[in-house]
Amino acid sequence: MHELNYEAPTSLDQAISVLAAAGENGRMLAGGTDLIIQMRAGVRQPGQVIDAKKVPELQALSFEAQTGLRLGAARACCDIIADATVQQHYPGLVEAAGLIGSDQILARASVGGNVCNGSPAADTTPALIALGAVCHIAGPNGTREVAVEDFVTAPGQTVLAPNELLVAFQVPAPQGQAADCYQRFIPRNEMDIAVVGVGSCVALDGDTCTAARIGLGAVAARPLLAKEAGDALVGKTLDDAAIEAAAQLAQQAASPISDMRGTAEFRTHLVGVLTRRTLKAAAARAR
Amino acid sequence: MATQQEHKFKVIGTRPIRHDGVDKVTGRAQYGADISLAGLLHGKVLRSPHAHARIKSIDTSAAKALPGVKAVITAQDFPEIGPGMAAMGELPINPQHLSLNCIARDKVLYDGHVVAAVAALSPHIAEEATKLIKVDYEVLPHVQDVVEAMDDKAPILIPGLGKGDDGEPTDTNVANHIQFARGDLAAGFAAAEVVIEREFDTSMVHQGYIEPHNAVAQYSSDGQSTIWVSTQGAFTARDQTAFVLDMPPSKIKVIPAEIGGGFGGKIPIYYEPIALMLSKHTGKPVKMVMSRADVLKATGPTPGSHIKVKMGADKDGKITAAEVWMAYEAGGFPGSPVGAGCMCVIAPYDIENLKIDGYDVLVNKPKTAAYRAPGATNAAMGSETVLDEIAERLGIDPLEIRRINGAKEGTAQPAGPKFGQIGFLETLEAAQNSDHFKSELPQVEGRRVGRGLASGFWFNAGFQSSATVAINSDGTANVVTGSTDIGGTRTSCAMIAAEVLGLKAEEVHPVVADTESIGHTDMTGGSRVTFATGTAVYEAAQDVLNQLKGRAAKSWKVDADKVAFQDGVFTCTENGAESMSLKELAGKLPRTGGPVAGRASVNPRGVGPGFATHVVDVAVDEETGKVDVLRYTAVQDVGKAVHPSYVEGQMQGGVAQGVGWALNEEYVYGEDGCMQNTGFLDYRMPTCLDLPMIETVLVEVPNPGHPVGVRGVGEVPIVPPPAAIANAIYNATGVRMLDLPMSPPRVTKAILEKNG
Amino acid sequence: MKKVYVQTTINGEETEFLCEPRQSLLEVLRDVVGYTGTKEGCLTGDCGACSVILDGRPTDSCLVLGVEAEGKDITTVEGLADGDALHPLQKKFLEHAALQCGICTPGFLVTSKALLDRNPNPTEHEIRYALAGNLCRCTGYDKIVRAVQDAAAEMQGR
Repeated sequence: MHELNYEAPTSLDQAISVLAAAGENGRMLAGGTDLIIQMRAGVRQPGQVIDAKKVPELQALSFEAQTGLRLGAARACCDIIADATVQQHYPGLVEAAGLIGSDQILARASVGGNVCNGSPAADTTPALIALGAVCHIAGPNGTREVAVEDFVTAPGQTVLAPNELLVAFQVPAPQGQAADCYQRFIPRNEMDIAVVGVGSCVALDGDTCTAARIGLGAVAARPLLAKEAGDALVGKTLDDAAIEAAAQLAQQAASPISDMRGTAEFRTHLVGVLTRRTLKAAAARAR
Repeated sequence: MATQQEHKFKVIGTRPIRHDGVDKVTGRAQYGADISLAGLLHGKVLRSPHAHARIKSIDTSAAKALPGVKAVITAQDFPEIGPGMAAMGELPINPQHLSLNCIARDKVLYDGHVVAAVAALSPHIAEEATKLIKVDYEVLPHVQDVVEAMDDKAPILIPGLGKGDDGEPTDTNVANHIQFARGDLAAGFAAAEVVIEREFDTSMVHQGYIEPHNAVAQYSSDGQSTIWVSTQGAFTARDQTAFVLDMPPSKIKVIPAEIGGGFGGKIPIYYEPIALMLSKHTGKPVKMVMSRADVLKATGPTPGSHIKVKMGADKDGKITAAEVWMAYEAGGFPGSPVGAGCMCVIAPYDIENLKIDGYDVLVNKPKTAAYRAPGATNAAMGSETVLDEIAERLGIDPLEIRRINGAKEGTAQPAGPKFGQIGFLETLEAAQNSDHFKSELPQVEGRRVGRGLASGFWFNAGFQSSATVAINSDGTANVVTGSTDIGGTRTSCAMIAAEVLGLKAEEVHPVVADTESIGHTDMTGGSRVTFATGTAVYEAAQDVLNQLKGRAAKSWKVDADKVAFQDGVFTCTENGAESMSLKELAGKLPRTGGPVAGRASVNPRGVGPGFATHVVDVAVDEETGKVDVLRYTAVQDVGKAVHPSYVEGQMQGGVAQGVGWALNEEYVYGEDGCMQNTGFLDYRMPTCLDLPMIETVLVEVPNPGHPVGVRGVGEVPIVPPPAAIANAIYNATGVRMLDLPMSPPRVTKAILEKNG
Repeated sequence: MKKVYVQTTINGEETEFLCEPRQSLLEVLRDVVGYTGTKEGCLTGDCGACSVILDGRPTDSCLVLGVEAEGKDITTVEGLADGDALHPLQKKFLEHAALQCGICTPGFLVTSKALLDRNPNPTEHEIRYALAGNLCRCTGYDKIVRAVQDAAAEMQGR
């Protein structure tokens, strides 16, 4: 591995100033389960690595009925999936965060790191998109908010400026009869990258769908919100016909490539399968 | 020789704690990468980023200038080895190809081929230095498909590899053609009620041992060199290194470290000569450890293949003819196990009319090596699924059709020789009687379930082994062998000595020695250690026993043939009253003529082949193509099981590797000829969550060619799984899978095509 | 490169070391502190051979920088036995023949201990799920799972 410096700031202000000083040469280190592999492979070579884990704001994990979940960017997945409140309100997020890797990986990996890594195949990004989560970003010029579906811009690229860091996600509280679900397809039962991942979140009024959001992973250069697919469900009863129509719209939103993990054809097929499965599961949970 | 029938064993067949167990559960066991020496330097290599290229020049000056770098070497620093074959033990070897595979001289033949090496103060510095080496390549067209590589117009990897009718060298990628034929093929097919002909493609796969290759080398100015390495054979590592460095083998001592898996892949050498050459250049010991990507890209996986199987059977299910055509990827240099594939492909069956063709074909991929029953698994995927299809067409149960055709004592193998005492039919009977076979198929909501069955064959190996057994003054024994212990063979050897000497397993201390401390011993491979090294240990222990009888006779002043030995006690048959335990006698050795040690070196010929029959239940998700193994039972004729737990373990491990091969493991190459899935994330071996418990049924038909009835057990269990799973997928979905792996995209595609 | 001073606790002993920021915890444990029981298998967090328990959680030490160990509590395979008394998991791995080559064994033992510490009575599925980050290529996992089940039973006094 290349030579590097390591700093572990203990406040947000300190983190911002270290990052600002490093400029393009700096990189935030959360769990390290992507960054350390990338540094070892020479894919990223930051001269200044800034440990995010000792900044209190980046460790937030709290829920309020009005504002929803505040999730610090560096909070380890093992804490998130074990949290009874998160389990109750965001079962799909728990599914996604629990799939990032083995127990050893979950002990280190964070949702913030998963999203900031910018992989089109990240598991938590489609789940957060389905939930309508917002990224809270801080930098020397203050803070700003970006919807999760707008955060990743290309493989490995995000909207973050070199001197900005992701502080936390704000995930809206489910309103009424609402629930989410995340599923991915992998060839094994563990330890793989999603061939396709789909997060669905639906809100119901009796049998009628009042809101629906569908997030797609590994089917484009960045995780997507399949807006038309979700919108098409609003006002409908979530029967097989409505779900099939949404699944077809989700397939149309996808523009996958063929690579070693799957062909474009297979991925498009899976978008349909997983959209149907996650919508049915989310609807069953909402009821 | 055979005494096992009348003998009731006391130690053999029990399940003692393995002798190296505590070291391995406490972290004390020393594997190659754990070795540290004073002044140790760290070596790294630069590898080719091209699948096929000519090396025009290499500039190492910038790397040499990096602080902390102690040496940078290329092929120019190694002796140039001429063409021709040599013998390594009983096996033929091509020293020139071996040398060029360790470090490329003029041409690189695959992605990851080594072109230069660095020794530095830390592995990080060495790695950074490799990035400073500038290599000027002329990139050449590459060929990676085995059938394309056989074409006249294909890029040629090694010029002059073939021989024309006039004896002159010709350019071809076909390094070898093997053929077995007998009977009248046309008449056989004409007599058939059903003829099935199918073509199969299987991907290159890797052994996937968890420990990367390593080597620590110390060159001494007196010319005597030492290598510590995790290898399947200390002597084979020594001899190969000597070939590459053009040194007398006696100048190299190989000290075998513990080995973290091999499965055939740690028989070839890679870093041994490079580390030794770096040590020679620096005067310091040098340690080298491969990365996982290097292991996958550039060690010795097992070939992908293209296979055609045509088989016919009459209405009673008797196979009337079989024709097999197989082309195996050799990799960058000749030497795929296609010959073994030809020997195994239809060996479980008595077939009068057959023709088997095998081709060893160079492609721009790493030079293949042995992998557990090398060549047999690809082959069985073809023959065992075609047989399943024939059985279905004839309305005969798949187990029954195997019984109708099954080989038994006296059946001629495809290669000609007749089988001795074998237990194939016994595996079929045991499979039929297994709980699994008699059970209903489990149902899984939303999934199609199916059951499949397949059989497999591996001939097992003998080769050379040496052993010494010495008696300690407290009446225990030390057993020294030269066989590195990958899966518990220290203990199986110790148990054989304990059986002979009337000791408990834990009273025998087994040691794996270096190449200067034991007679020549071939590699741990071919399922040979408990067979061949076990034979040497048995004979060495008998030697000890005979010497001890002589000592007892001497102290009783009778002839040695008047001394009997049973249950650890010597008795005098002359006057009955005299008796002495082995322990008592051991304490008296200094006064009865000195220490007692026995030795034996063997090259046993009584190899007992192995057969297996496997039953598997799968669940198929028709929407995603995902196949889950619900239940698995492996039945095998293991000969006499010395330590049944480790025999079961070999079977379970073989099944797990076979399941990986069947479902997900494959080498993925890009258009550029470079391997894409160079890590365990995308080279998908089964995890704990991908497998059920693996049930085992040990059929023990003793091998009359071994003093306690041992056959090899390690290899045959990998042979049936892909075919068994393919047959189960058919049973579940009605889709015949012809290619490996049967990965979700392929299964989905086949199901969608079938459903229109 | 200037080295960093790190204070940590390894196998119950306060331990201090100097390391470069680019050195992984795995490298530090093996090459600096000398705990070579922790093995390197892939350096990408896929095989679990380098598993240690870091502040109570199973962790791939190849994906932690040595400098991140400051103030942490680390258990390696060398810390499982109590003196010469083996941990029940170690005993059961031996009794069940749950190892062949043994290279993955330290990682499996450490991960299994972390599992039993938080879930003393796991189901077979929970064991398989918890161990899915540890690859074994020799055993097919059967005997490993049985050894963990048996160790759990013994530790529960069953």
